Amino acid sequence: MSKRTREFYALLLALESGMIGTFLSLDLLLFYVFWEAMLIPMYLLIGAWGGERRIYAAVKFFLYTMAGSVLMLVAILWLYFLQKTHTGVATFDLDAFYALPIAPATQLWLFLAFAVAFAIKVPMFPFHTWLPDAHVEAPTAGSVILAAVLLKMGTYGFVRFAIPLFPQAATQLTPWIAGLALVGIIYGALVSMVQPDLKKLVAYSSVSHLGFCMLGLVAMNPQGFAGSMMQMLSHGVSTGALFLLVGVVYERRHTRLIADFGGLWKPLPVYASIFLVVMLSSIGLPGTNGFVGEFLVLLGAFRAQPVWAVLAATGVILSACYMLWMFQRVMFGPVTHPENEKLVDLSFRERLVFAPLLVLIFWMGVMPQPFLDRMQPALDRVITLHHERAAFSVAGAPAAGAGPRAIITLPVGGGAR
Amino acid sequence: MLWLIPALPLAAVLLNLLVGGRLGRKGVGWLACGAVGLAFLVALRAVLRLAALPEAQRTVTDTVYTWMRVGDFSADVSFLLDPLSAVMALVVTGVGFLIHVYSTGYMAHDASYRRFFLYLNLFMFAMLTLVMADNFLLMFVGWEGVGLCSYLLIGFWYTRPSAAEAGKKAFIVNRIGDVGFILGMLILFAWGGSLNYARLFAVAPHVFAVGSTVITTATLLLFLGATGKSAQLPLYTWLPDAMEGPTPVSALIHAATMVTAGVYMVARTHVLFQLAPVSLQTVAWIGAATAVFAASIGLAQNDIKRVLAYSTVSQLGYMFMACGVGAFTAGIFHLMTHAFFKALLFLGAGSVIHALSDEQDLRRMGGLAPRLPWTHATMLVATLAIAGIPPFAGFFSKDEILSSAFASGNTAVWILGLAGVVMTAFYMFRLYILAFRGQPRLSHEAEHHLHESPPSMIVPLAVLAALSVLGGLVGPPMQEGGHAFARWLAPVFAGGEHAAAAHHAVPMAVEWGLIALSVVVALAGIGLAFRVYLQDPGAATRLRERLSGLHRTLLHKYWVDELYDATAVRFVHGTARSFWRFWDTKVVDGAVNGVGYVFEGFSAVLRLFQTGFVGTYALFFTLGVAALFLHLLRH
Repeated sequence: MSKRTREFYALLLALESGMIGTFLSLDLLLFYVFWEAMLIPMYLLIGAWGGERRIYAAVKFFLYTMAGSVLMLVAILWLYFLQKTHTGVATFDLDAFYALPIAPATQLWLFLAFAVAFAIKVPMFPFHTWLPDAHVEAPTAGSVILAAVLLKMGTYGFVRFAIPLFPQAATQLTPWIAGLALVGIIYGALVSMVQPDLKKLVAYSSVSHLGFCMLGLVAMNPQGFAGSMMQMLSHGVSTGALFLLVGVVYERRHTRLIADFGGLWKPLPVYASIFLVVMLSSIGLPGTNGFVGEFLVLLGAFRAQPVWAVLAATGVILSACYMLWMFQRVMFGPVTHPENEKLVDLSFRERLVFAPLLVLIFWMGVMPQPFLDRMQPALDRVITLHHERAAFSVAGAPAAGAGPRAIITLPVGGGAR
Repeated sequence: MLWLIPALPLAAVLLNLLVGGRLGRKGVGWLACGAVGLAFLVALRAVLRLAALPEAQRTVTDTVYTWMRVGDFSADVSFLLDPLSAVMALVVTGVGFLIHVYSTGYMAHDASYRRFFLYLNLFMFAMLTLVMADNFLLMFVGWEGVGLCSYLLIGFWYTRPSAAEAGKKAFIVNRIGDVGFILGMLILFAWGGSLNYARLFAVAPHVFAVGSTVITTATLLLFLGATGKSAQLPLYTWLPDAMEGPTPVSALIHAATMVTAGVYMVARTHVLFQLAPVSLQTVAWIGAATAVFAASIGLAQNDIKRVLAYSTVSQLGYMFMACGVGAFTAGIFHLMTHAFFKALLFLGAGSVIHALSDEQDLRRMGGLAPRLPWTHATMLVATLAIAGIPPFAGFFSKDEILSSAFASGNTAVWILGLAGVVMTAFYMFRLYILAFRGQPRLSHEAEHHLHESPPSMIVPLAVLAALSVLGGLVGPPMQEGGHAFARWLAPVFAGGEHAAAAHHAVPMAVEWGLIALSVVVALAGIGLAFRVYLQDPGAATRLRERLSGLHRTLLHKYWVDELYDATAVRFVHGTARSFWRFWDTKVVDGAVNGVGYVFEGFSAVLRLFQTGFVGTYALFFTLGVAALFLHLLRH
């Protein structure tokens, strides 16, 4: 980053504060403030340091996310007044809301308001089209943060707020969310396959990966939840690394089109080897971080509804298709463009940037238990809350799984059913 | 200390990564071979200690740590040594070591020597994990790991577009199978409650009713994984293309070890397959069909490695056929002897290719026997072994498979197997004659550089030749209480071998008859090959002309690749393109932008009222007041 360095880093830090605040807030109003505040630095980062269509992308990103959040604000206020009439206490405290009984019909509307805000952020199909634009136009650092952290605010929102606050609505809408997640997995992978632009390819692959996260969540069982969280973490590592890798060649060649590369392994062996490892982690090779999350999600999904796992598993094939095909066209074969022959391999500083990411890729893949153990208590609490509250005011609530029924009934339990 | 066996090659990978640059070629070669050799010795010691245990206790596990545990699901990094994995570990490290040594000679002039051994050692690690895992999930680590190494090694010469393409194809086709493996695992866990072999196999008979849909689905899905990894119908197409890789890779990965993983997996999970008769039938039929189908393609190929590749597909078919009729011992027996003679065939072919300055076309070989005496002699041994001529190794294992098939009562499968034998004998001797006998048809260039290979390549050939001669003697037919190899594996397959039991019920005379028949059939194939390719020079051409339609079909491999491209590949690609161009750009994003345009449109209309002229505002004001008055007047 060479121009306006001071402002760039200031905004980057502001963005990070916003995100940290979002993840730490246990007060709905504070959460909302951070959630919105984080939009501004991101908007400016894309708008000021972005590519050619940066203004379009920045405005689209801002307005789209904003539209969702406004609905969430309404729902938050609604909850607040509900709380006040019910208990007489005026508070935005999340724990207080967890204890609040909400009528099923109200739940549905409030859940939808939250879910739309989160679904846009995730992004779930069909709310995803801001993502490729934002990614392509954002500077590398922006893309990395966007993919690695910002998207997780959506899935986190589901885990922390939408699902435990409105358990019945969540259960009722499960088939729909799972359906959209599955469409996202397959659709994102397919669209990714035919992208001519490296960044767009990675962006659409995020749609596919985040589909796995959502599927794990709606499985509503321990494996699905843990898998979803692992998938969020590992997507952050591997997709963040992928955007950095694309940034490396973009800095050198000022193009991101796959057709402009070819045969890069020869001039850039270190770069290509790192790319290989990151790619493998992204397609979920066992032993890397990607596998743990993906497998647990599939396991959780299978126990909730076998068909989900069968459909999601096609994503495993498709991810290999788009990634390997891209890798083949970029790295293998003869060098097709003479200007690529003189490219310089990774500098010491660049290698230093990738080192911790590579360590994480293998650490999370080989020894995921420390990560799983740490998130376990919080996830267990969400699941218990969900079950308790679902049982708490069941009267009149529709039966679980109102959508497509399980083809086979599973003898071993562990789902929401 | 079982973990040490896979860990040794892994340690060599890490060392190679960290300090390989400073070791030089010699050091890298020593490091790679040394690690695998040491792994072989450690494995040998472990197996000897296993053999010292009483038969019933021959299962040793070594749990390293808990890999993941969530709710009621848990999977360990844990290794298992029992008679079955002992055979596999010894074959993998033993044959692997020989091929490593051979590679130091074969790859001596390659620029990426270090990268080659890095991948090769990584493969050994993955393969040993696969065969020594004590649960499905860890096996899957090895399963995909060997797939990765296969991808990397097929595309080793990555500047060649065909190599890069073949590597990708191998990985993707294998992934289709892997999805089957994953889904199979999910079913097994959902019903059986564990992915650990011992625990799962213990509860399996109680949880799964014989022939129930659940176990049939689960085993068929696992078998789908096996067809991908072991190149069976319909997922075999990647293996012939995999010949783009260096020849030692073809020998190690695409002949002796990795491609047999599917057979190993079926044998390992035989408890489950025996609960699903339909699945076993499917395995037998797919195996038999593949054996004949691939052998027929092998009849007409001109590339020496491709003939061997189709031969591998065909031989793997025999192994599945054995498993399918319940003769798991015979399947593993053939897996072992095949590892010896097929590795030898590939290494011999590599020696030929090396000698001829990278010539692979059989039509430009011939008369090499006196020029490459060692290569010729060892290749002849391997060719006799694969053709099934006694007393070479292949005879014993193949005969056992065929008599088991016969004894199982599945006559159609047995006949297919017999048809495969005659084809195998024919195409193998066709290869042998075209390469080593008759008149030389070498190019000038190749003739000039012709030389026998260095000792580092010849010694492994000789060792494998010895194994191809003697390897079968552990399993001679008609032994009271089963032969030595069967007795060794008995604790694993105990109580499971229905067909093997039936096999012994076949009368002695019938058994002798079967043996005689399979030898006669093999000899007929050999005789035909000599007649067509050596004694009567014009015969091959005449035969080709008379059967031109058939020949073209075989030469083009039944156009299966073309069929897959025209259907599956085009369908996925076309769908992807329309999803992007139409759905994503026009419909989904169109709706988003459409919302924007609607608001823009509204504001464009509203803006007309904000002209900035006082006159306009006065007009609106007057009109408003007039309307208000009218409204009031009407009441």
